[in-house]
Amino acid sequence: MTKMATREAYGKALVEFGNDPRIVVLDADLSKSTFTMLFQKEYPERHFNMGIAEGNMMSVASGMATCGKIAFASTFAIFASERALEQVRNSACYPNLDVKVCATHAGISVGEDGASHQCVEDLAIMRAIPNMRVISPCDAASTRLAIRAVIETPGPFYVRLGRLAVEGVYGEYGDETEFQIGKANTIREGSDVTIIATGLMVQQSIAAVELLKEKGINARLLDMHTIKPIDTEAIVKASKETGAIVTVEEHNILGGLGGAVAEALSENAPCLLKRVGLKDVFGKSGKPEALLQVYHLMPEDIVAAALEVIAKKG
Amino acid sequence: MEKSKEKELKVFAGHMRKLIIEAVFSAQSGHPGGSLSCTDILAYLYGEKMRINTSDPTETDRDRFVLSKGHCAPALYAALSQRGFFSKVAIKDFRKCGSMLQGHPCRACIPGVDMSTGSLGQGISTAVGMALMGKLDKKDYRVFSILGDGELQEGQVWEALMSAAHYKLDNLTAFIDFNGLQIDGKTADVMNLGSIADKVRAFGWNTVEIDGHDFQQIEAAVAEAESKKGMPTMIVSKTHKGKGVSFMEDQAGWHGKAPNQEQYDAAMVELDAALAALEVEV
Repeated sequence: MTKMATREAYGKALVEFGNDPRIVVLDADLSKSTFTMLFQKEYPERHFNMGIAEGNMMSVASGMATCGKIAFASTFAIFASERALEQVRNSACYPNLDVKVCATHAGISVGEDGASHQCVEDLAIMRAIPNMRVISPCDAASTRLAIRAVIETPGPFYVRLGRLAVEGVYGEYGDETEFQIGKANTIREGSDVTIIATGLMVQQSIAAVELLKEKGINARLLDMHTIKPIDTEAIVKASKETGAIVTVEEHNILGGLGGAVAEALSENAPCLLKRVGLKDVFGKSGKPEALLQVYHLMPEDIVAAALEVIAKKG
Repeated sequence: MEKSKEKELKVFAGHMRKLIIEAVFSAQSGHPGGSLSCTDILAYLYGEKMRINTSDPTETDRDRFVLSKGHCAPALYAALSQRGFFSKVAIKDFRKCGSMLQGHPCRACIPGVDMSTGSLGQGISTAVGMALMGKLDKKDYRVFSILGDGELQEGQVWEALMSAAHYKLDNLTAFIDFNGLQIDGKTADVMNLGSIADKVRAFGWNTVEIDGHDFQQIEAAVAEAESKKGMPTMIVSKTHKGKGVSFMEDQAGWHGKAPNQEQYDAAMVELDAALAALEVEV
């Protein structure tokens, strides 16, 4: 299967579902990078370039949503979740409007642009806003389904998308049972440990599961594509059935997937947990693949974390 | 404007001012100064101009209003309750726990409020979004907004103005409630705005400068805005903070302070006297 970035799958999904006249798309001078240009070509009258002014874009999108529109607002994750944070909170989330913030270039896999453009805090930030729901798909097929789901589900969403082309995890298009908001997907069954991953760390974790198998360890792998509402049921089940959990995210280990899983665990069914992610540091320039190694987001790092929690479990 | 209509609007505004004082006094919290300065503009919009339907507040073809200076919610609530969107009795519960009348306008909980505001700079952007959709959907509704002059210090306002001019939103009319004061003092001292009209004009807007307490001028400016094609209009409205309550007028100290019992009584006597004078006016 050819690789595709989730940002590209997003642009294609906008075109695919774009015949719904309620859909309007806003961008902040990054339409070629966010792939909203695909929608722009197909539906120019419903695509609005707002220039390099992300705060205004989020509030304009909110105003549009009060007129019965489903407003998709796209820019890089760093600007969507941090530059325009308060607009997302006060203009879109407080009135609970149909604003779908689809943020691309999340995480360190942005690569060469470096730390100023590598958003590693967005999951934590967006998760903390009432009414907001947070989706982080791992591949093209699940991105397509995620976009369809957020069109069908009223209210604000944050969808985290990547720059890097990634392998498919699901079938080319997937089917409805493969994406349900708030329902983790079990990618591999296992009983010794559970790896809970999101975004492109799902692919890294699939490789980790194979490495663990060679060591005689059966790891369960969950694709936690919805960070909020988090699938507490799947987490509790994993805790009870495997007794040890590793979370893996291309994000600070504080407040994101690891934080959400820790909250669900400690309130319901505590077990050993190891968080794999950025260890409260900024990224830097480099090839995405090199950065994943530098920041210990490789399959062998996930394996090491799994072995650590399994050993502690005793 | 007919003299009788002007008198009618003065009465509407007079009752609004009483409701504003009532709200802030009952809550012992809120923003009387700026509410009183934008009262006459709101009285014109809600008492005369806007196409709204109290029995269907979210009607698709209605005119829209966004109070970008959201802290002046008492003025908006006074206008809405006068028009019958909700009972005037509710005003006494302003800012109280359990009341729908939140400290700043809340779209989700108050009938007739088109947008939640309060964080300065964002309201005008949302008004731009509404006006853009009016164009997209080929609707003839108009979008109105009121900004504070202090609010212009927020960078987002200028992003919004730029985008409204870029998209030629001649269905958008905004007012600047130019009372010259903000919390810490005169806008000129806190952060000088220079010539507001010149700046707004340079951002591609048609601008009109008026006395924001003169209904004849307000009406003429709104009519000009409506006839101006291809660009949005900003009505720079010179106003007095605290207008109508003499001890509050032009005092920055009354930006966000509630009157005590004595001050409340004095304000009500003055506002009642103004209304009484109107009733005898020919």
